[in-house]
Amino acid sequence: MKQLVIISGKGGTGKTTVTASLASLAGNAVLADCDVDAADLHILLQPYTILEHPFISGKIVTKNMPLCSGCGLCISVCRFDAHTQTGINPYDCEGCGLCARICPENAIEMRDKTCGSWFISDTKYGKFIHARLHPGEENSGKLVTCVRKAAINMAEKESADIILIDGPPGIGCPLIASISSCTGALIVTEPTVAGIHDMKRILEVTAHFNVPCSICINKWDINPDNTADIEAFAAQNNIPVSGKIPFDTCVIDSLAAKKTVVEYTDNHISQQIRFLWQQIKTIFSIN
Amino acid sequence: MASGKGGTGKTTVAVNLALVAGKVQYVDCDVEEPNGHLFLKPKIDSSYDIGIAVPVLDDELCNKCGICSKVCEFNAIAVFAKSVLIYPELCHGCGACIHLCPRRALRESTRCIGVVERGHIGDIAFLHGILKIGEPLAPPLIRALKKDFSEKIPVIIDAPPGTSCPVVATMRNSDYVVLVTEPTPFGLNDLKLAVALTEELSLPAGVVINKTRNGDNDSIEQFCEEKNLPVLIKLPFDRAIATLYSQGKNFIENPKYAQLFKELFKKIRKEYDETACNHKR
Repeated sequence: MKQLVIISGKGGTGKTTVTASLASLAGNAVLADCDVDAADLHILLQPYTILEHPFISGKIVTKNMPLCSGCGLCISVCRFDAHTQTGINPYDCEGCGLCARICPENAIEMRDKTCGSWFISDTKYGKFIHARLHPGEENSGKLVTCVRKAAINMAEKESADIILIDGPPGIGCPLIASISSCTGALIVTEPTVAGIHDMKRILEVTAHFNVPCSICINKWDINPDNTADIEAFAAQNNIPVSGKIPFDTCVIDSLAAKKTVVEYTDNHISQQIRFLWQQIKTIFSIN
Repeated sequence: MASGKGGTGKTTVAVNLALVAGKVQYVDCDVEEPNGHLFLKPKIDSSYDIGIAVPVLDDELCNKCGICSKVCEFNAIAVFAKSVLIYPELCHGCGACIHLCPRRALRESTRCIGVVERGHIGDIAFLHGILKIGEPLAPPLIRALKKDFSEKIPVIIDAPPGTSCPVVATMRNSDYVVLVTEPTPFGLNDLKLAVALTEELSLPAGVVINKTRNGDNDSIEQFCEEKNLPVLIKLPFDRAIATLYSQGKNFIENPKYAQLFKELFKKIRKEYDETACNHKR
């Protein structure tokens, strides 16, 4: 079973749009949305949810004020300045629990925290594992790991050939959790100075974790000179460019219609995406 | 400037706002993928490393009792019969293992997770953080950035995308949140998540709708009305703007847009003054 993750570094380059279209072309795939703090793939896949699970991770630490003798030990050991005179600020607290373990009055309690939910759903393109992190919560990396484990279990159960993973932006913990041990990463970039800058950083991350990559240049004709620079950079670094998708407002129209581009139109854009999928299959030896 | 969804135009709005706002500070808290410097092209005056505390083991003192592993909420230490493995990337630097080791076999060391660079562009003070490749934890670097700016000069903060801990670390204690969105189902979905976060943190907010086309803003504006959120400005969907952006050029090079961003700055001040008054009442 192969696992292909779609990432970009920079947000808004077209990860989800591309993932949804590939999902519609892939046939026997399991789909996973690992952008758990701003998940959007469900909007295009319109899933029917079969199972919902709570995501429990980390600790809520609270102080029972009547028991507190005011010794101040908790305040002095806390590295996150989470302790105030009146209790513990949940946004500063990292949930390490050191205060609870050393409080001489046993006035500090630790409880498991529910940070969100994850779902197993049916879509017309196959089973779909997705999640929702509560706003402001931590542990998005652990929720990603949870989604990926569920996707692997599902792919085994369904005898699916491939898991398509819509990744998060950035290079931090949710991204690292999304790409680790993947067969390959498709990097969706755009020919803008920010797109190129962020692509180069994400390529350093994939190299660090030994994940093979291919590049897709989205909206390539917005700046043909920058596109040529990306292609030259890719050639120098032996990274295959698997597709170039032109800029077209039909992509925005398809989003507004909540459909994947290849479902919405049969024009040069959807042809480019079909070509992209063929190239990816060759590059990562996907059946 | 925050958004939930990436690529809606946070950096564009933050940078152009900074360029018309006079004497301000621009701080890029998107330490995973900082982009503000590409558009502001600051002169970097100084830089320094940011480290977090991690444990180091003195193997001779350690009797492999396993307490450090048991008290670590982040699974950063594993203790075996004959060895101890420390995973520095998982460590949050809380110090529980060091504090609770009965044989004092652990001591504290610092591990660099990124760098802060300070600079300027004319009157604008510039500050950003760059997370090291392979490092998972952005919040300690963001917190370091936020300790470094002056209280006396207005600060325009460019937030990372999303709604989880790096965004919380960025948004906290700010006076006003500008949420940049775009009129697509993705933009609206992620705007709702971002608004839920500002509500959770009790922060006043307003909305900038970017990439607007005729007639497709209705659902965003309806949502803003329901939530009583002011729509501060609307920026048009324009291929010419996209091309300028791709070259690292700024909106306000066009005088029409310079005026629009000046208005935005005024509106934010006015909204902030009003909400601040409401809070006092």
